[in-house]
Amino acid sequence: MPDLLTLHALDAHYGDFQALFGIDMTLADGEVIAIIGANGAGKTTMLRSISGLLRNRADQIVYRGQPIGALRADRVAHLGIALVPEGRQLFPSLSVEENLLLGGKVGRPGPWSMEKVFGLFPILEERRRQASTSLSGGQQQMVAIGRALMANPDFVMFDEVSLGLAPVVIKSIYDALPDIVGEGMTAMIVEQDISKALSVSSRVYCLQEGRVSLEGRTKDVTHDQITQAYFGVAA
Amino acid sequence: MIEWVGVIVQGTLLGGLYALFAAGLSLIFGVMRLVNIAHGDLIVLAAYLGLSTTMMLDVHPFVALIVVMPLMAGIGYALQRGVLNQTLGPDILPPLLVTFGLSVILQNALLEGYTADPQKLNGGAIETASLSAGGLAVGVLPLLTFVVAVAMIACLQWIFYKTSLGRGFRAVSDNQDIAQIMGLNKAHVFGLAMALALAVTAIAGILLGMRTSFDPAIGGGRLIFGFEAVIIGGLGSLWGTLAGGVILGVAQTIGAKIDPGWQLLAGHIAFLVVLAVRPNGLFPRVEH
Repeated sequence: MPDLLTLHALDAHYGDFQALFGIDMTLADGEVIAIIGANGAGKTTMLRSISGLLRNRADQIVYRGQPIGALRADRVAHLGIALVPEGRQLFPSLSVEENLLLGGKVGRPGPWSMEKVFGLFPILEERRRQASTSLSGGQQQMVAIGRALMANPDFVMFDEVSLGLAPVVIKSIYDALPDIVGEGMTAMIVEQDISKALSVSSRVYCLQEGRVSLEGRTKDVTHDQITQAYFGVAA
Repeated sequence: MIEWVGVIVQGTLLGGLYALFAAGLSLIFGVMRLVNIAHGDLIVLAAYLGLSTTMMLDVHPFVALIVVMPLMAGIGYALQRGVLNQTLGPDILPPLLVTFGLSVILQNALLEGYTADPQKLNGGAIETASLSAGGLAVGVLPLLTFVVAVAMIACLQWIFYKTSLGRGFRAVSDNQDIAQIMGLNKAHVFGLAMALALAVTAIAGILLGMRTSFDPAIGGGRLIFGFEAVIIGGLGSLWGTLAGGVILGVAQTIGAKIDPGWQLLAGHIAFLVVLAVRPNGLFPRVEH
């Protein structure tokens, strides 16, 4: 399969603080990969870089053969890259429906529409007129996912979708993932909850203190390898 | 008794003009947290552009709006993209300083271009026309100003809450980063917000110029009235801004009725009282 996204020695800085050190990564078209790592390992920073909120050297991030590292976030969005941000980050002044409409702002053609999102998460149709902040955490996460899908992206990044949610809600959201990825989408699942991330992905990268500490096929990596890569110490 | 009813009616209608001064300020603050110190001078600029248009094309000031509104909107977009966007950030001081500088530049440019002589827009018969009912006489122009103010607020409210453009305004106001990820270019959205604000300012400037005489130095006073209306009404609430303008207008006319020298003082006192009793204004936007 052709490469969809490649990171070449990606560095990222917040002022004087360097958060990422030479990350190399490759995603094939249609692949689902997991990114795991402890708090502060640089997972969210990497997603901010890819989505254009942190600007990098152009050739450090290549998407469908095009260097996009230096592009502004709204331009990256128009290329078909979407992010479900950590902590959901819905627009509080917008209703559920308006949040979804805003997600569709880029106007890319594709299978996803408001009706399709409501089909995936029926509860949202009942709540469509409500303020997004009046929803439960799990429902808000559904809106955040639906909002990203409304852009009809080719590549979606999910940042900690299970954070702060009840196990039963996490299960229902992960149960919906095959339906989402089934549309031929490429996805990056970023999680601290390792087992969830591994259960839906074919390959895994582990980040530790801004570097890739482990890379492999999900079924090949062992529990000990992950512990070592995750914490940086032998179990 | 009827005299006081008249005073309150006059004050309410005057409040419409203040609401028009304030609507642009309120909109800009709501979308991008920018306090535009040059807003009053931009109102005066609009009045002068109206003056030039009426003289060059020999048209009524209302007709001049066809030229002045798009012109002010264009100036707003260019100003936002060219200058003000660069000042926006976590620090609130740069936009204050830059718009203060802009205010000084505008005043001096107007002084160079139009001299310090007071000018007035000639509205013709409408300026002196009045309607009377039950012993109460109401000027047509103030009444029209108030109607326009209500219509403008309703229109802005509709844009904000019912259109795709307004959705973009609210999204960028809520969370700039996430809005950008959704494909909105915030620099452009801010430009559109300023264009809309200055289009409203164009109307305010023309109505101001027909109501009273103006000179390049009066912008600061209009800015204060606008600010007071916004704060009395509550930040971020457009209908609150209209209410704020009316309260300010009524306080001023009551003050002037008691003693002509008290007009401005009474307005400021009303503002301070509201600030002391309701520091967030009367109708603050509910924070989520």
